[in-house]
This record gives sequence, structure tokens and C-alpha cells, in this order.
Amino acid sequence: MADTAVQSGSEDPNRRDFIHIAAIAAAAGAGGMLAWPLVTQMNPSGDTLALASIEFDISKVEDGQQVVIKWRGKPVFVRNRTPEQVAAAEKDDHAPDLKEPQTDAERRLPGKANYLVLIGTCTHLGCVPTVGGGDWGGWFCPCHGSHYDTSGRIRKGPAPKNLVVPEIAVLSDTKIKIG
Amino acid sequence: MSGPSTYEPKTGVTRWLDTRLPILRLAHDSFVDYPTPRNLNYWWTFGAILSFCLGMQIVTGIVLAMHYVPHVDHAFNSVERIMRDVNYGWLIRYLHSNGASMFFIAVYIHMLRGLYYGSYKAPREVLWILGCIIYLLMMATGFLGYVLPWGQMSFHGAVVITNLFGALPIVGEPITTWLWGGFAVDNPTLNRFFSLHYLLPFMIAGVVILHIWALHVSGQNNPLGVEPKSKADTVKFTPYATVKDGFAVTLFMLLFAFFVFYMPNALGHADNYIPANPLVTPTHIVPEWYYLPFYAILRAVPDKLTGVILMFSSIGVLFVLPWLDTSKVRSMRFRPTARLFFILFLVNAMILGFCGANLPDEFIFRIGEDGPGLNWLWLSRIATLYYFGYFLLITPVLGLVEKPLPVPDTISSPVLPGPDLHNEQKA
Amino acid sequence: MLRKTLVLAAALGLVIAGPAMASGGALHPKEINWTFNGPLGKFDQAQLQRGFKVYQEVCAACHSMRQLSFRTLGEKSGPFYDEHYKNPNDNPYVKAIAAGWAQQVPDIDSETGDPVLRPATTADRFPAPYPNEAAARAGNGGALPPDLSVIAKARHGGADYIHSLLTGYRATPAGLKAPETLHYNAYFPGDLSGSWSGDKHHVPAGGLIAMPPPLAPGKVTFDDGAPSTVEQQSRDVAAFLAWASEPKQTERKQTGLAVMIYLLLLSVLVYASYRRVWRNESH
Repeated sequence: MADTAVQSGSEDPNRRDFIHIAAIAAAAGAGGMLAWPLVTQMNPSGDTLALASIEFDISKVEDGQQVVIKWRGKPVFVRNRTPEQVAAAEKDDHAPDLKEPQTDAERRLPGKANYLVLIGTCTHLGCVPTVGGGDWGGWFCPCHGSHYDTSGRIRKGPAPKNLVVPEIAVLSDTKIKIG
Repeated sequence: MSGPSTYEPKTGVTRWLDTRLPILRLAHDSFVDYPTPRNLNYWWTFGAILSFCLGMQIVTGIVLAMHYVPHVDHAFNSVERIMRDVNYGWLIRYLHSNGASMFFIAVYIHMLRGLYYGSYKAPREVLWILGCIIYLLMMATGFLGYVLPWGQMSFHGAVVITNLFGALPIVGEPITTWLWGGFAVDNPTLNRFFSLHYLLPFMIAGVVILHIWALHVSGQNNPLGVEPKSKADTVKFTPYATVKDGFAVTLFMLLFAFFVFYMPNALGHADNYIPANPLVTPTHIVPEWYYLPFYAILRAVPDKLTGVILMFSSIGVLFVLPWLDTSKVRSMRFRPTARLFFILFLVNAMILGFCGANLPDEFIFRIGEDGPGLNWLWLSRIATLYYFGYFLLITPVLGLVEKPLPVPDTISSPVLPGPDLHNEQKA
Repeated sequence: MLRKTLVLAAALGLVIAGPAMASGGALHPKEINWTFNGPLGKFDQAQLQRGFKVYQEVCAACHSMRQLSFRTLGEKSGPFYDEHYKNPNDNPYVKAIAAGWAQQVPDIDSETGDPVLRPATTADRFPAPYPNEAAARAGNGGALPPDLSVIAKARHGGADYIHSLLTGYRATPAGLKAPETLHYNAYFPGDLSGSWSGDKHHVPAGGLIAMPPPLAPGKVTFDDGAPSTVEQQSRDVAAFLAWASEPKQTERKQTGLAVMIYLLLLSVLVYASYRRVWRNESH
């Protein structure tokens, strides 16, 4: 560059020049665009998401029985209740001692009152409750003594919430989709 | 070389930190105020490009390791799962596989720059040797990594290279068995290769830190090969070198992106998409392109042990280059004869590469159906001869007999017209 | 000087690399103008559907597709993508294909523990026609039909090669000794000089492949009414296999376009910044 002799370093480039800000901002943008795939690759992948929903044939569950299936790595109870068990659940719909007040109608399968689909994980610390046990004949968690009624609601013991009802769609008279 | 530190912590926090661990001071002195020769050309940006490549490979590699399964029954499938099911897995995988090729393109340019401008000469011998160590570690890492997808080339390439150790007398066979963890390349081999492939890049990073440290002791070389004599010869690293490196890295990313998005398998081999089969050898075992010249040197001699020794010596000769070069002038800008031989060396290295890619017995050209001609084997031999001749014969002799062009006194003198005011003004 | 040499060397490289192309004496594959060629290429969904039908009715009997999941058929740029079913697991075509797939999925009966076969779901990968390699060889005269999941990437020439191979069967040239179980194909890599008793300077190109010609006119009826010629079936199945080898390739190219444009802009900005920084400094 045929300039007159310049003392080097005497004229620092103006840091606040717009072009520098623009270039740095664009570079930061590129960095962000590179970082995003590196972060999102840890999110569930295609094959994991494919098993996010499963279909189940509820006609396989006999009267008064429960079947346990695996969904998203967790146990799911599909219970075909007897009319007495349904009645007992409905009787306590507005019981004053319910920690998490819910009616049986809000929890059972729409259109199929005897079927109950619940995530089989105690809401206390995650053990799998046993069916039919406890003072209400619903479920009993042996770990710390939580009692659930025939609608899966917590009645006694340290668990804070009712057994969770997962997202369910009724596909046909015999088929449901969980998740 | 850099003089006393110019860092002045401005805030309470930075002053507090500075007296306990002067890391900001180190960063400032090394990468902000660090005096850099003002006449560096774009060949000097490859250090930054290489740092970018190393970072890219480590980050994409760690991410791939979250999904890859290092077992012979699952390796190939886990890579396909990454390509199909993992979010952006295809991108991360292609960044890593093409990133390796880009890493080697950059390192070869970086090394050739060193050869041309005499950057290996005193006082930068240790800097050069550290660079050679980094190069060796890169070759090892690349080899280990290529085995992991467990394709046909992965497997048979591993067989060929591990079998090389069998050439050593007496200890050869036990060493090979020890490397394999069995009687052949199999699951134990794959598993340990995965572990070592994860380890080596961090060793590279460590040697890179030593490399940059050694660089900062002597300072950068420059295209004239004349050391900076005054403040007029240098500029502050930030923003001058930083922005130039940034521009070079951006252009490099453009080339990288072109491969990743439009030709992601061009530098690889189709056979590696066939799952490894120990019972079927591919018709044509070829290593990745960056090993081809050394593969040619290996196959140039009929004796297995000599071939192995020659192949390792071809890298070993680089380590002693500072002592082979007798020239008093650093940069080939002022050594026209040396430049000629250097260009021949470059062409020769590419020829060696082609030799490595082809079957030794095939003919390049031939007079008549069965007449005399030149096959790849003989071309490899000629090219290997020139490779070693260049370092062991031409370089030492030329340094003594060549008459170099006149070398300028300082960096700033050839650039600025009129009297050398800076050197006159120097206190 | 250095720059000129590099350009010369690169040009030299391209020249030398040329002749070494045709592998193993086979004919160079025919170059087809696929819709998915080039940086802006896309798959033709109708072609992918026809190609899938060819795979289903002709190839799947012997060739596995182990790395491909049924749900991938419903992914963006796949043969059965439907924008109403962003989640391919909900796509009714894909669900029907999976449930109706001739080969069922091996599983365990949860009550008795016995191994059973059950209909596939969208979450499953394509079940293999043979349970293992030995069975596959036994069913094919000792030859192993390769898995087709990444076949377009595992062969030089990709879709061009596959199409050329499928349409490359010719009558065995007189003078070529070929066993009954092998078939002459001009595009299959091989060295026929050992089985050739004719003129030594004119050994036929190609090799002997264990697969008999798989396609025949009218073998697959296309739902969109396309003529069922061998040429059509071959192109369609080659396109389908190219898609199956890398279902994300369209997304790759589209992302590439955006990235290249952004990087070009970035390089302009950084260059301008660089010139501004250095504007008063001699270089």
C-alpha cells in the first residue's frame, strides 16, 4: 500500500464500526446454527419416538383382571373392573378426604366404564403397586404403604397424587392407543 | 520475544482473578496484544484452520460416541441408526467423516508452508518436531477412527495395518496378537480401537498447546524468513490476525460445507458401506486418501520388513529436517533452485498418492499387448527414491551450493517506500 | 508460482484418475438424469411409490432391508409422505404396509415365552426374508443376496449402476463358459478372461452374477398406470433404493443450500471487516 509512512498501532481500528459488529453477529449466528444440531441430537431419536405410542387390544383383559404392559419404559395397568368395583369407585367420587379430588368418570375409559388404564408407578417414589391390595381393594404400594382405591386414587399413605392416567384414544371397540 | 505483559485488569473481579490465576493475562498476552509479523500471507492462516478442525472433530466425535456401539454385531447398524434416526445424526456423521479429510488437507498445506518458508529452521526446531508428533497422532487417530464403522474397508484395512507389526523379527507376532486381543481382528480389537480413538485427540490437543507455546517463544516465521526487528515489523494479533484468520476459516467452512452437503461420500470408498466380512476380501483394499503416499512407499519394496521401515522412515525423516537443511536463508522466496525442487517434491507426493491408489501390477502404459511399459510399482519406486532423495540429498547439498537472492534487512523495509523511518526512529 | 503448480497438479490429477474408473472390466454404468441428481435434486414421489412396489413384489422375497424402518416410508421426501400425517407413525398407508407385510416379525409370546411371528408395526424395521445367512445361501444356490438398505452407497455408480445392472442382462456370448447358476451381465464387475475361449483381445466386459434377471415386462402392475416395462421397473426400483440408502438426502441438500448462502454472506461481511481493520496498515 503506497501510503506515507505510518506509525503502526497509532490509529486503532474503531471498534464500534458497524461492519465489525455485523461480521461478529453473523459469525455468532453461524456458531448458533452449528450448535443447535449438536444439542438436539440428544433429544429422543426417531426409533424412540416411534414407540412413543402403542396400541393395545383391551378385549384380552378378562373380567376382574389386570394386564400390565410396557409403554415408554414404564408399566401401564389395564384393569377390567367388576361392577362392584366400579360402584365402589363412584361412591367415593366426592369423598372429603381425597388428596387429589377426581371423579371416576374423569379417569376411566370414555364409553367403557369398567376399563381403567393407569401408569403403574406410585406417585410417591416410583415403586410398582400391587393390584387388589390395600384397604380399598384398588392397589397397594408395598414400599411405603400407599393405598389406592378402585379408581386408582390415593386414599391413605405418603403418595401425594392419584395414579396417573396417560393420554388415551379409543380407536375401536377393542383397540386403544396409549400416548 | 513478546516483552513484558501489557495486560491491565480493569474491574475488581478481573484484578482479583489476576492475582490468583492470571489466565486472562495469559490469553491477553498470547492472543490479543501478541506481536505478529505484519507481512503474513494466507498460508499462515492454516494454524487457526487446524484449531477449528480439531475442535470440530472433538465435538462431533463426542456426540457420535453417544450413539455409536463399539461391538462387531452392532457397530455398522449403530452408524446407520445415527444416519436415519438420530436428530441431525446424518449431519454430525458427515461433519466428522469429511472433517477428517479437511483436517488432513489443512495439515498438509500447513506442513508444506513450513517446508517452503523454512519455518522448521532454528530457533523453531522444537516447534517443528512437536508438529511432526501432532501429525503422527493424527495419522493414528484417523486409522483408528476409520475402523469403527466396521465396513469392509474398515475391517480389511485394520487387518493390513495390524499385520505390519508381524514384520518385526521375534517380537512381531506376540505384538500383533497383543494388538488384536485375539487371533485375528475381531471384537476385542474394535472395542480397544474405540477407546484409543476417543483418547488420542485429547493428546493431540495437549501437544497443540505445547506447539503454540513453542511458537510464542520464538514468534511466527514470515514469508521473508527475516525475524521482526522492531515494533514497525509487527501488528497486534487482535484484531489484525484474528480477523484474517476468521476470514480464512470462513472460506474453509465453505469448502467443508460443499463436501458435507453435496459430496459427502466422494472422499470415502463405496466398499465401506458393505458390512465387514472376514471371509471376503475386497478386490482393491485402499486406505483413505491421506495415507495413500505412505501406502505406496510401503508397497514399493518386496520385503515386508523393509517396506515397514521405509514407510515409518518417510515420516521419521521429517523430524530431522532442521538438521538436514544447511541453507543460511530461510524462505524459498529467495532460493529459486530450492523452490524448483520443492515443486517437484509436491508433484512427486501427488504421484505417490496415485501409486497408493492403484494396484502395483497394473500398467500405466504399455507398448503393445505384452511389451515393456511402466507399471505402478516401478513408478512408486522412482517416486519413493525422489521423496527420500529430496530430504537426504537435495536439501543438504542445495543449502551449500545454491546462491540465494538478496534477502531484505527487515520486514517493513521492502513494503514502505522511501527511507526506513521506523528503524531510524527506534529508540 | 506455487499457485500455478497447485492448479496444474490438480488438473493432472483429474486426468490420471479418469482411466482408472471402470472397475473390474465391467462397462461403465449408463448415466441417467435422475430427478434427485445434483445439488437441487428431489425425489419424485410417484417414482418412489412405483419403485417400492417393485421392491415389495420382486426383490423382498430374497433381499433384506434391515436398516430401513416402515415409518421411514412416511417421512418427508419419502414415498408415502403425507403432510396431514407429520408423524409417520400415524400415516395410514404406512401402517397398512407394515401390518400387511408378507414377512412377519419374530417376537416372544408374553404369556408362554414361545417364539412367535407377529405382524409388523410402523416402529419395526423391515423383517428379513431369511432368518440368517446360512438359510439365505441355502435358498439361493449358495449365493447370498446382499441387504439393500445402503446398496446405492455400497456400489460405485449408485443408482446408475443398479439400473444398468438390472437392464444389463444379455445372452451369454458364444465362447463364454458359464455354469447354469450364474448369469452374464455386462455391468457386473468381474474378470471373464478365465472362462473365455475366444479372441484374447476381446474378452467380454462384465462378469457372472448369481442373480437371474429379476425383472420382466408386466411383472409389476403400477397403480398410476405407468407402463410396466423392464426399463421403467428398473429405473423406479433404482430410485427407491437410492432413497432407501439415505432417506435424509433431500433434507441434506436443502440444508446445504441455506448453509452455503449464509456462509457466502458471512464471508463477505468478514472480508469487509478484515479490510476495514487493515485499511491503514501496510501488509
